Amino acid sequence: MIGPKHSTFKRILPQLLILAAALAINLVVFPDFFDIDFRNGRLFGNLIDVLNRAAPVAILCVGMTLVIATRGIDLSVGAVMAIAGATSAAVVVEGHGWVTALLAGLGAGALCGLWNGILVAVLKIQPIVATLVLMVAGRGVAQLITEGKILTFSNEGLIHLGAGVVAGVPTPILIWMALGALVIFVVRRTALGMLIEAIGINERSSRLAGINSRVLLVCVYLVSGLCAALAGVIVAADIKGADANNAGLWLELDAILAVVIGGNSLLGGRFSILASLIGALIIQSVNSVILLSGMPPEFNLVIKALLILAILVIQSPRISYLMYMLRASGPQPQPDTAPLPKTQKEEAQ
Amino acid sequence: MIRSTHLPLLVTLATFVLAYALCASAYPSMLSTRVVANLLTDNAFLGIAAVGMTFVILSGGIDLSIGSVIAFTGVFLAVVLRDTSMHPLVAFALVLMITTAFGAAMGALIHYLEMPPFIVTLAGMFLARGAAYVLSTESVPITHEFYDFLQGLYWKDPSGGRFRLIGGLMVLTFLVGILVAHRTRFGQNVYALGGGGQTAKLMGLPLASTTIGIYAVSGGLAGLAGIVFSLYTSAGYSLATVGVELDAIAAVVIGGTLLTGGYGFVAGTFFGILIMGLIQTYIVFDGTLSSWWTKIVIGGLLFAFIVLQKGLTWATQARRRTTTGSAAHS
Repeated sequence: MIGPKHSTFKRILPQLLILAAALAINLVVFPDFFDIDFRNGRLFGNLIDVLNRAAPVAILCVGMTLVIATRGIDLSVGAVMAIAGATSAAVVVEGHGWVTALLAGLGAGALCGLWNGILVAVLKIQPIVATLVLMVAGRGVAQLITEGKILTFSNEGLIHLGAGVVAGVPTPILIWMALGALVIFVVRRTALGMLIEAIGINERSSRLAGINSRVLLVCVYLVSGLCAALAGVIVAADIKGADANNAGLWLELDAILAVVIGGNSLLGGRFSILASLIGALIIQSVNSVILLSGMPPEFNLVIKALLILAILVIQSPRISYLMYMLRASGPQPQPDTAPLPKTQKEEAQ
Repeated sequence: MIRSTHLPLLVTLATFVLAYALCASAYPSMLSTRVVANLLTDNAFLGIAAVGMTFVILSGGIDLSIGSVIAFTGVFLAVVLRDTSMHPLVAFALVLMITTAFGAAMGALIHYLEMPPFIVTLAGMFLARGAAYVLSTESVPITHEFYDFLQGLYWKDPSGGRFRLIGGLMVLTFLVGILVAHRTRFGQNVYALGGGGQTAKLMGLPLASTTIGIYAVSGGLAGLAGIVFSLYTSAGYSLATVGVELDAIAAVVIGGTLLTGGYGFVAGTFFGILIMGLIQTYIVFDGTLSSWWTKIVIGGLLFAFIVLQKGLTWATQARRRTTTGSAAHS
């Protein structure tokens, strides 16, 4: 599906259409939506805001796409965000520079990713269970680092990562775009992406074909941990403090949602990071519609639920089979999967 | 004879006894009936929800929606009792019907759309939480004489422990759960489904009705847990019980149920709940430990039990390889 330019475009076309629709609704409820100003050396505007606020989920979904492509899932990213934010804040509060703090945060995230990766690849624990351990315990660890307080800091360099501007553009936008471009480049210009897809489709046969699936799986979870750490540091920098309780709370679900909206199957295999990134933008655009239209933010969850439901119906193997039957003309040989529920009921009676 | 499938349950029991012995040696007053009664009362809603979760996990699925359903039930009851003159019993019946239907709908989606339970119940989680928000974003107090009557029902032990109605309800739910899991056709089907969906299909089990039934039970029990939670707190709040699904999953796993489905006991979950409650009680007794240690200890226990399960699976497979043909009993 991915490869030549036109097929990449074809792959992300549905996501682009949904994004366009979400932005159009934004325009309807708020006519000045696309206005962008340049004031005090910074770009201002709702569109910039959507791009900026999408940063944590966009960064998370880069790693999450790779994990889901291997038929896994990483539930711990929210907790890892809290750990990384807490580590960076603790390092900077002790008087170290922002580079050290960033590296310490990323190191903590890498350790978490390594832990997940070893559980999944070496101990062969189901990903959803393996990452659940860190999801439950991770916030406790983060609170251990911050000693139960919200650690605030005033280091200019670190704050710049979350709230600063580079050449008029907010830093988080540049970070997530650069990260996305880098990872897409690495997985698509080398065979890595294909190898990851091979693991997701059939781990056993990929191993028989000579892929070192164990090392590759650990690396994928490591990348996810690193992405989560980066997002955690940015979120901490944005609010100038590390909140172990609320940093990244439920963001793992948003990240998974972004990947699913991006048309990536939860059953692994082919993936598109670009489509996931657009998925993150779609989620943020929907949030923006709710905020701008003055609807109570409570509806946010209901709308997300309906979005998931719609995607479920579209992705469902049964529905795609029905569509295939509708499209095909003339009598088709009956595959043995379709009429099963009925016969089972009959047999049971 | 002790089968290897009983081993996780035995380890859970041993962990519980050991943990209680440790707690009691540090604080002898933890042996009092007052602590035992509070252990039951404080974990009543979690225990009831965990029974439903046990069925779901036994069938190889997962239900992420129960925390939201509990919150929705609480808010629904509070709003209904505030705005209408409906009797609480009628409201209880109504809300149980809603949550059971909600669970059944999720089960139907899982079965007919052939989608992973994880993502379907994730949508359910958002939907239920969203519905609770839409009803009310504020904490709504419940003041009704029937609630006072129910809260006043307890059996006082001579040494001062109060065994309340909701604790008894939890124990009753566990007893019924054990009976259903091990003595009915439905329970058998749940185990068969968890043991292998393909095999269950080939054996002609009613997959559709079983799947829908499992999630309906989970939804209904989450509703019952919500009623108990509203009795426990006398209020409905849409932000309450966030993350309870994780506690319930942790209790089920610590209780020795295999997360891949097919093996496990409802009774194990009961001890899983008690172990988690014990950790919290210990931290309260200690007074110097912070509450986040609860999360770390539960995470550690979770890890230990998952590794134990993995070791058992390996051992079983290794034995199967040596003695071909001897299938493991469930």
